[in-house]
Amino acid sequence: MKLSREEVLHIARLARLALTEEEVDRFREQLSNILENFEILRQVDTTGVPPTAQSIALQTVMRDDEVTLSLPPEDILANAPRREGDCFRVRAVLE
Amino acid sequence: MTDLLSLTIHEAHDLLKGRQLTSAELTRAYLENIERVEPRIKAFVTVTGDLALQQAAEADHVLAGGGGGPLTGVPALIKDVICTKGVRTTCSSKMLENLVPPYDADVMERLKSRGMVLLGKSNMDEFAMGSSTENSAFFTTHNPWDEARVPGGSSGGSAAAVAAGETVYALGSDTGGSIRQPAGFCSVVGMKPTYGRVSRYGLVAFASSLDQIGPLTRDVTDCALVMNAIAGYDRRDSTSVPGPVPDYTQALLPDIRGIRLGVPGEYFVEGMQPEVAAAIEAAIKKMEELGAKVEREVSLPSTPYALAVYYIIAPSEASANLARYDGVKYGFSYQGASMWDSMEKTREYGFGPEVKRRIMLGTYALSAGYYDAYYLKAQKVRTLIRREFDRAFEKYDALITPTSPTVPFKIGEKVDDPLQMYLSDVCTMPVNIAGLPAISIPAGFVDGLPIGLQIIGKPFSEETILKIAYAYEQATEWHKRRPKI
Repeated sequence: MKLSREEVLHIARLARLALTEEEVDRFREQLSNILENFEILRQVDTTGVPPTAQSIALQTVMRDDEVTLSLPPEDILANAPRREGDCFRVRAVLE
Repeated sequence: MTDLLSLTIHEAHDLLKGRQLTSAELTRAYLENIERVEPRIKAFVTVTGDLALQQAAEADHVLAGGGGGPLTGVPALIKDVICTKGVRTTCSSKMLENLVPPYDADVMERLKSRGMVLLGKSNMDEFAMGSSTENSAFFTTHNPWDEARVPGGSSGGSAAAVAAGETVYALGSDTGGSIRQPAGFCSVVGMKPTYGRVSRYGLVAFASSLDQIGPLTRDVTDCALVMNAIAGYDRRDSTSVPGPVPDYTQALLPDIRGIRLGVPGEYFVEGMQPEVAAAIEAAIKKMEELGAKVEREVSLPSTPYALAVYYIIAPSEASANLARYDGVKYGFSYQGASMWDSMEKTREYGFGPEVKRRIMLGTYALSAGYYDAYYLKAQKVRTLIRREFDRAFEKYDALITPTSPTVPFKIGEKVDDPLQMYLSDVCTMPVNIAGLPAISIPAGFVDGLPIGLQIIGKPFSEETILKIAYAYEQATEWHKRRPKI
């Protein structure tokens, strides 16, 4: 099964990733090969086997909701590509 | 004069404590060697010389007052995926090329409170995705044993620097073998602790259910010393496991009589280099001579499925974790025609090919219509892999395998074939899938190229695998060899 051009573009859109024409072709080829390799899992009988999301026994870890110091706004905004006052500046969502 | 560039942590500590050496002298020796070999090895993304000398002066002050512990004043290198307050943390990605974290990772807080000297940040595969450092957006690190070959990855900069005398020890991170495989390729000691043993707070996330931070060192004693410093509960990581941390140096007794070792046949894979298999056989024989009971009946039949399980789960988690890079809060930001255009092009120009490939793969595996067939199926097979390890550990104290099926490969040899590249982690990935601790130690050479031996333990049995590693190390000389550079 080879991924179609449309499928590659659909996945890229879900991932918000712009791709060049060359990348679309390359990913079609490479992703199809890798996915074909995953077919090996069909051989495994997993009837009644529960999924493992992580490997340790901890579940729903809770902690007290304590008031503590957090980072100053200036530190948080220091790496912002675009800022306005104490806010991150973003592009208009609705145009 | 003592060769400062070959010192272990414990040897350096003895000299520092005895005032035969100052941290400033030691640190300067390393900074000079970094300047000498970096043009060829390229292990560092950032060298923090001024900071290192300042920390060395502080350490000398503490040591002069009779204080300080085993790590005080000892130069260290940190993989560039671990947040360092005020020091650029790039993940070897254009996306984070100019990111200066406003806080320290938990492991950094722990090392700083023990008087660390930070030499810099090490090169890696971009966002820790890779097995050779060839996926770094900046440059490829070269193997000190043969500069035409890769140092392994993704913690290749950390491993190469320890081997090349550019640092006494280093930290790496391991999601599918990223500490152990480069440790094996560079003939140093590398440990991936049990999932939950070391806090992931401040470790830039790749695949959150698999990632662990661990040490790369020149011997097993150093590994135990670094583990003593970095292991322990941290409330800021919800997968951090509460409870006391043992003194790992207490496990360093060269006596493994009666220890039960299993050798799983599935790890001697098709395509394994015969010389690697032979070296591992010789190491197993050595352990038998030391009194270990070795059995080969152990079987982990789901091992051949681990690669597929890993390459579904890790990219799926990565595709979710890397969704945060949108060009708004930090990192590279492209200003396009609209919000969506800006976001899509920020990611197009900010990420390299392997990162994009994994985001695509993970997004596909999690997308509507494919979730059950890929992600859920992989999680179920993950359960089977864990159960097989659990059963094996009812009979054995530890499992012995090669770290990698081959010695270090040539730079450029596997870059065009992602599947071939993925296969170099075939012996290490199952360990992350099951959350187990494992160590890679030097176990020989083929034509001057290193071979790593992997020892896998049950959850939270770091002491057992350190003990086995220590006994083997004390009975062999491999760890004393240094590359000529």
